[in-house]
Amino acid sequence: MFAEFLQFLFSGITVGAIYALVGLGFAIIYNASHVINFAQGEFVMLGGMNTVFFISVGMPMPVAMLLAVVVTIFIGLALEKFAIEPARDASIVTLIIITIGASIFLRGAAQVIWGRNFHSLKPISGNDPVMIGGAAVLPQSLWVLGCTIVIVIALMFFFNRTLVGKAIVASAHNPLAARLVGINPRFIMLLSFGLSAMLGGIAGILIAPISLAYPGVGIMLGLKGFCAAILGGLGNPMGAIIAGLIVGISEAVTAGYISSAYKDAVAFIIILGVLFFKPSGLFGVRGTERV
Amino acid sequence: MTTSILKKLGFATISAATVLGLSFGPAKAAEPIKIGSFLAVTGGASFLGDPESKTLKMYVDKINAEGGVLGRKLELIVYDSQGNPAKAVPFAKRLISDDKIDILLAGSTSGATMAVIPIVEAAGIPYISFGGAGVIVNPVKKWVFKTPHTDTLAVQKIYNDMKKNGLTKVGLLSGSGGFDKSCRGQSQALAGSMGMTLVADETHGKGDTDMTPQITKIKNTDGVQAFMYCGFGAATSIVAKNFKQLGVSIPHYQTHGSASMSFIKNAEGGAEGVRLPAAALIVVDALPDDHPQKKVASDYQAMYTSTSGDSVSSFGGHAYDGLMIAVEAIKRAGSTDKEAVRAEIEKTTNYVGADGIYNMSATDHLGLDEASFVMVEVSNGGWKMLK
Repeated sequence: MFAEFLQFLFSGITVGAIYALVGLGFAIIYNASHVINFAQGEFVMLGGMNTVFFISVGMPMPVAMLLAVVVTIFIGLALEKFAIEPARDASIVTLIIITIGASIFLRGAAQVIWGRNFHSLKPISGNDPVMIGGAAVLPQSLWVLGCTIVIVIALMFFFNRTLVGKAIVASAHNPLAARLVGINPRFIMLLSFGLSAMLGGIAGILIAPISLAYPGVGIMLGLKGFCAAILGGLGNPMGAIIAGLIVGISEAVTAGYISSAYKDAVAFIIILGVLFFKPSGLFGVRGTERV
Repeated sequence: MTTSILKKLGFATISAATVLGLSFGPAKAAEPIKIGSFLAVTGGASFLGDPESKTLKMYVDKINAEGGVLGRKLELIVYDSQGNPAKAVPFAKRLISDDKIDILLAGSTSGATMAVIPIVEAAGIPYISFGGAGVIVNPVKKWVFKTPHTDTLAVQKIYNDMKKNGLTKVGLLSGSGGFDKSCRGQSQALAGSMGMTLVADETHGKGDTDMTPQITKIKNTDGVQAFMYCGFGAATSIVAKNFKQLGVSIPHYQTHGSASMSFIKNAEGGAEGVRLPAAALIVVDALPDDHPQKKVASDYQAMYTSTSGDSVSSFGGHAYDGLMIAVEAIKRAGSTDKEAVRAEIEKTTNYVGADGIYNMSATDHLGLDEASFVMVEVSNGGWKMLK
């Protein structure tokens, strides 16, 4: 019975780590601009599809992965430069609608360029499951987990120890004061889209061997990642990570012990419940205005 | 990569030419036989409509090059319904009242088909649909026929194979798409009458990336003897991978929704040993030479791949069978009189097609039985016929 529980737990942690990475992307852009970027799921799709594409034209896997992340970053930068920035004086809602449009555009473009078929990507270290306490875990799941941890540590370092990272945090806390000390808000905006696209791209590559890569793969991942971001308190990167894991594990445990039909419902009930009692999310700070 | 765009553009030009060009065609003594069609050539269901429309076009050209039917040329009029029932209705009306078609071979989706049935019935036009759902011909409608298999046949085929192997307790997993739900419904409905028991009935969500919890639960269900999955697309490969990851040892069945090379390739070894019912067309290379459908399926495969450059799908096969059944019926009727053609379509017997051997009757406007599926097992990355 313990092995069974462990199996559900590992499944939940793997899926949850993916939600966490997507949620993290939401949080970073929200921090810099208060925009919720609904094209975040499409960054994930682009990471996977680009890697599959570069491998299919004969590149070795590490090069293909690196190029895929670079291409995804450039698409993220282009999205900010050509769609968000020209409309920066518009209301936040307008900007959010632009990102929804961008997600539909990216999905459509991927279908035209790569077709509608789904593709697999070779896992980094084989397909033979590792047995942990009677539960079978794919090595790729461990890669997802490991990379998520590394990314979180790297981001913590970036935000707390580097000048540019601190500038992003400063802009998030007080845009006006940040501008007064010489931080260019347009640069911060561009940077945060690039950073989010990079996270999405990496997540896409990590999960492609598990989820397969196809143009529609980002839709549900984007939504679940958004849930994680909300649950964790919008704009709180650590909150998004923990909330992603909570959503993933609760889904897997519900599917295993109660009924797979209610799997998605339970995740959403948790979110509704938390938002009802703590509208700022699990780890959100209540907005206070100093006069 | 860019070739697929070029192909689409080229194809759009061709279909436009089909619609426009033929009205300027040679105005010979004999009037052409007009075949009307609306298909989901673009849009979400274009994986259905695209091969169907290409198939109709290439075989109409072929028949015309060989002298036509009853000494008359065939004229094909295709409109793009984008898989949208609301668009299919005006196209059907236009085909019937403006283009004055003799027969309608149309409808990539069940939704579009159901939407035009009242119009077709009122106008009295023989209609062969390419929609999947059994409800199209059940109950029987006077003027409406269809060529694709129904999921009822697939489930029957799977259950019969299980019974043959002494397996009666089934753990079912299904996705949440339209195909998946319909297949699950049939599996539940047929279980009782065929002596099967569903000991587990799990589902997964759209776009899910990991089904190990559901499969673990089925694996640990008391008395489960076989695993069956109702689904379509990427999820089929993920389920096969998860199944292998968990080291489940009971027989693994999937449906014709998984009958594609892409399923095997993307499951990365997980598909080995999976059994499924497939149309002869998909596994044509695995068919023995004495299989009745071997010739028609391999001829169609050769024609389709050489003309379109795409790999063959079962959907184009539905259009091929529809066109051939219509042409045969017109030949037997000796005219395009609508009632005579309708009556002859209904009398189609022993027509060997890409999808199976059709025997239609006044009470069966599909004419296929479960023998139209062949049971195959994935073996060494390919298909192996099961006896």
